[in-house]
Parts: sequence; structure tokens; C-alpha cells
Amino acid sequence: MSEREPLPPRVRIVHPRTEAVRRASHRPPVREIEEQTRLGDVYMSSLIRSQRRLALIVCATIALLLVGTALLGALAPRFGELRALGVPLPWIVLGLLVYPAMIMIGWYTVRSAERNERAFLALVRRR
Amino acid sequence: MTHGLSAVIAIAAVGVATLLAGSLGLRRARTTGDFYVASRSVSPRWNAAAIGGEYLSAASYLGVAGLVLAFGYDVLWYPVCYTAGYVVLLALVAAPLRRSGAYTLPDFAQIRLGSALVRRVASGLVVLIGWLYLVPQLQGASLTLRTETGAPRWLGGLVVGGIVIAAVVMGGMRSITFAQAIQFWLKFIALLVPALVLIGVWQHRGDGVGAGYPTAAQRVTVEVPSSETVRVPAPETLAVRGTVDGAAVDGPVRLTVGTHRLSAGTSVTLQRGDVVPVVTTLPSQRTESWLRPLGSGNPHPLYASLSLILAICLGTMGLPHVLVRFYTNPDGRDARRTTLFVLVLLSSFYLVPTIFGALGRHYVPDLLLTGDTDATVLTLPGRMIGGGAGVLLSALVTAGAFAAFLSTASGLTVSVAGVLSQDLLGPLTRRGHDSAGDELRARRIRMFRIAAVAGIAVPYLLSLPSEHLGLAAIVGLAFAVAAATFCPLLVLGIWWPRLTDAGAIAGLAVGGTLATAAVLGTITSEIGHGWTAALLAQPAAWAVPVAFAVMVAVSLATRRRVPPDVGRVMVRLHAPETLTAELRALEPD
Repeated sequence: MSEREPLPPRVRIVHPRTEAVRRASHRPPVREIEEQTRLGDVYMSSLIRSQRRLALIVCATIALLLVGTALLGALAPRFGELRALGVPLPWIVLGLLVYPAMIMIGWYTVRSAERNERAFLALVRRR
Repeated sequence: MTHGLSAVIAIAAVGVATLLAGSLGLRRARTTGDFYVASRSVSPRWNAAAIGGEYLSAASYLGVAGLVLAFGYDVLWYPVCYTAGYVVLLALVAAPLRRSGAYTLPDFAQIRLGSALVRRVASGLVVLIGWLYLVPQLQGASLTLRTETGAPRWLGGLVVGGIVIAAVVMGGMRSITFAQAIQFWLKFIALLVPALVLIGVWQHRGDGVGAGYPTAAQRVTVEVPSSETVRVPAPETLAVRGTVDGAAVDGPVRLTVGTHRLSAGTSVTLQRGDVVPVVTTLPSQRTESWLRPLGSGNPHPLYASLSLILAICLGTMGLPHVLVRFYTNPDGRDARRTTLFVLVLLSSFYLVPTIFGALGRHYVPDLLLTGDTDATVLTLPGRMIGGGAGVLLSALVTAGAFAAFLSTASGLTVSVAGVLSQDLLGPLTRRGHDSAGDELRARRIRMFRIAAVAGIAVPYLLSLPSEHLGLAAIVGLAFAVAAATFCPLLVLGIWWPRLTDAGAIAGLAVGGTLATAAVLGTITSEIGHGWTAALLAQPAAWAVPVAFAVMVAVSLATRRRVPPDVGRVMVRLHAPETLTAELRALEPD
């Protein structure tokens, strides 16, 4: 036993879920976007898709509001006869109530668009 | 006389204030960048007020009330859609457009599609829409000066044009930003204060809404400036001096139900309670019908309403003077917030013109006799409240009106001049010169000033002979052209990566040609009341889908022309600025 066999080189075995391994092979998603890889395209198109969905929802809502009011006036003559506080109801709807409704839609748009962007940033910055 | 004098003082005050703001800006405006977009350092609130100031034009300030007086419920769509356009703009365009980093619409076209030809087509359209929108501003100025002081037709537009050129040449857009923001508040207050007073007077008198055909609220004499046909809805005897149906008269005239011809210079005196004869270009309807949806007397009211909604909602994003404001936001997020502020400001403002229009139906229906209903806002305070208070409120309203013409006209002139000097005049002079630095900058600024003069001189000349269509109606046509051209370009450019330069040019050409032809057809000819007339008067409902379809179809057919850098441009349009900064840090030097 005096002559020792050379030891095999030490091999480090690590659990695959530790930070060390991840960092070693990490490519930040930002880089995927920069280099326009398939993966980068997936990240970007997920953002664009969510923003496009929001834009369509908002446009549909505003269309529903405006076209709905126009059709209500055209198809339901009784709508034109109603009065509130002595003022015809259609005038109250189109001269007054529709404005706060549009501000609400706008506020929802800003909030949702910023939320989509925050979610996207969290996705591409995760380590 | 005191009335005219106070109006002149009010107009002079607004003009001097605008020029002062311009000269203050001069000290700050140093580079070409300052001139164009105020160096992108304006906060969302200021920017929103500036957008509001620029946007609220003669059409909003005078035109909406005039339309309401004449047509009733159905034209409430104008102010509603003038506001709703910003919801659509917010959802579809605001942030990506700002992130594109483009100064103007032609810049956007070039950044997105990389084609000089698309850029030139877009430049031409900016100038066309800008001019179409400037004409009613100058007509509004002429109407105001004529109503308040009896000045000749050509003077009002000249005054506005002169002040705009002076302000723009002195300071560029930086000064305009401050001036615009202040002018929004001036316009709002100048309309809101009289409106509140007038509502109080109306309540106090307990006059109600009225019924039947509109009748004169007090004794008034109306002079007909040019010969016209009026419709008399009920048989009555009126005091007329002049020519009725070819016969010279001076005294009480028995008028039968139907149309009658009045020659130029004829004056009609209405006593309190006399039913007002209505010029045949406007509908003569009972107030009951005027109050009801689809009661405006338009033969195809539902189509007209829906097409108008489409034109204005989609056209807002294509207005060059509005879009240029978005580049003054620091980033895309601020661009959205600015738009939300704009929505709040406009929603507050547009409650007011309706009040003027509705009260005008009761107190100044004699405007229906000449068709000068755009003067509703100007004449109402003086008519409802006599004496010093009436004169004061009239002067306030006149000041606001001039603020409206000046702000919109200067914003449009800056946009048109920017495009003219950069894209249409610029290439002519750039050739052969290779100087850099200060000399180049000086030449660019000089070019911009020359373009500003051209930018407003042409619409001034156009405004002199063009028929009086109603301010809001002409502006509506400008919206229709914008909706049929820039709306598809922006929406597809931002959201559809497969758009090609060929598709964009085809769509712009088809949409622009269709909408412009419809506009010209409506302005120049009397087409009557059939479906053709309705389709031409409101072209958006068919021209916008056609433009979209052409743009998509030609893009799909020329698939190989999709720009190679489209992925990178899409990242730039949609990625938040913080990410773009990180990307830049990754780039090798």
C-alpha cells in the first residue's frame, strides 16, 4: 500500500437546481431579444399580443358604447321620449354621461397597458 | 360701437399674448430639435393642455354650438367623437408612436418601412390634411371679425395668418407649447363662464325647452348678405324691406307656407313670437323632432351618424398637428398618461358648446334665416344679457374664439411647415451643399420659416372663395381623409409586422383618392338627397375599410418586400424604454 494509485480527478457533483448551475448557463432573455433569436421573438410577440388584445378590447368597448347609443336612438323610439329632470334622456346620455364613461375606459387602458409592460419586464429580467 | 371696440381689444390682447409667449420661447429655442419638438422635455399635464389647446379649433369652439342649434341631437356625435378619438388613439397608437422616435408621420413611415417613397406620399398627405383643416380656422376668424365688428370677409383670416407666422417664425414649437397650454385654459374659461351665466339667466326666466317651430325671442332685424331661398313653415306676415320672390317690398308681407326667394341686402324684421324662416340649406324642423335621435332632417341619419363616428374616432390619430405633440413626451408611458389627461380636459370642455347650441335654439334662432349658425356662441351672450355685462361676456367669448383659431392654426402651420421644409423643399436645396454644423442648422431654420409662410398662405387663399359649409362639417371632411389614409398606416404599421412599403403606398393612394374625391364632390356640387349624396358626404364608412383592405391585400401579395429589420423595429415600438436602454448597453461598440 506504499505506492498509492493516482486518485481520479475530483469531480464536483451539484444539485441541478442550485444557483451556480443556472448562472453558468444563463443567457438573459434580454439578450435573446437583442439577438433576435427564436426565443427572443417569442418574448416580444407575447408582449405585442397582450398589448394588441388590450387595444382590441378597448376599441370594441368604445364601439359598443357609441354604436350602441346610436342604434338605441334608431331602433328604440321610446328612448327618445324618456325624460330625466325635464331634460330628454338621450341628451343626458350623449351630452353628459358618455364623457365619464370614456375617461374610465381611458384609465383602464393606461393601467392595463402598464401592467402588461411590467409583466413583460419581469419575464425578461428573471434570473 | 362699444361692442365692436371691446371685440377688437379682446382680439388684440390674445394676439399680443401669443406673440409674447413666442418671443419668450425664442430665447430658449436654440437648435433645430428645439424648433420641432421642444426637445422632448414637457411634462404630461402641460403637454395634455397643449394638445387640448391645439386641438380645440374653430370647429369645436364655434362650429359645434352652431350645428346643435341647426340640427339638434344628431350632431352631439361631433363633440363625443372628438373626444372618443383620443380613446382610440390611446389604445392603438400613443405609446408605440412615441417609442418609434419619429418626429412626424412621414418619419414614422420611413422608420417602419424604410422607404423614401412612402415617406414622400405621407408628406403630401400631411400637407393636404393640414390645409384642409386650416381653411375652416381662417373662415372662422373671418366670421368672428365680421360678426363682431362688421369687418370685410378677407380681414379675419389675414389677422390670424399674420400672427401665426410671427409667432412661429419667432420661436418654433417650444414657444408654441406654452402658448398652446395657456390657450386651452383661456378657451375653456372663455366658454365656461358665459355658459354658466347664461344657464342662470335661462333658469331665472323659466323659459323651458320650447316646442314647435323656433320663434324669435325678441324683436330683431336680420339682413341677408347674399341672395338665398328660405322655407317658411307656417303662414305669417313679416316686415320685410328689399326683394321677396322678385317683387320689391317695404313693409308687412304675407308669406305663404313653402320656399321664398330673398335677394341680397333684403332685411327681415322679426317680432317676438314670429316663426323664423329657415334657409333651405338647413333643415326646418320642429323642436320636438330636433330633440329626438335621428330627427335632424338628414335623409339617412343613421348612416350619417355611424360614418361620422368612424371618421372622427379613427381620423384623430391621423391629424398631423396632434401627433407631433406626442414626440414631446419623454417616453411611451408618459405619452399614454398625457392622452388620459387630454381625455379629461376634452370631456370637460365639450359639455359647454352643447349648452350654447341648445340655448341658441331658443334665443338666437334668427341665425337660421341667414344660415350663419356658427355665430351662435358669439351672438348669444349679447342677446341674452344686455348692457355692460353682455358686452364683457361677448368680448370674453371673442377672445376665446381667436385663441381657438390661433392655436389650431399655429399648430397646423408648424406641422405643415416641418414637413414642407424637411421633405418637399429641403431636398431641392440640400443638393450641392455639404456644409455641416452651424451653417446647416441656420439654413434649416431659415427653410422652416419660409415653409411656415407657405404653409398658411395657401389655405388663406383657399378660404376666400370656398363655400360656407359649416365649420364643423369641413373639419369633419379633414377627419375623413385622415381616417382613410394615416389610420390604416399607423394601425397596421404598429400591430401587423407583414405590412410592406408597396402595401402602404397602395393603401394611402386609394384611401386618399377616394376620401378626397368625396370631399371635393361634396364641396363643389349640389348632389341632392339620395344615397349617393349621403355616401359622398360621409365617406369614412366605405373609404376606411377599402383603404385597410387594399393595404393588407397588396402587402400579402408583395410578401418578399417585408423590411428585413421589421423585428428590430417592432421591439423599438413596443418594448418599454427601460428595456431598450438595457438592449443598448448589450450592443457591442
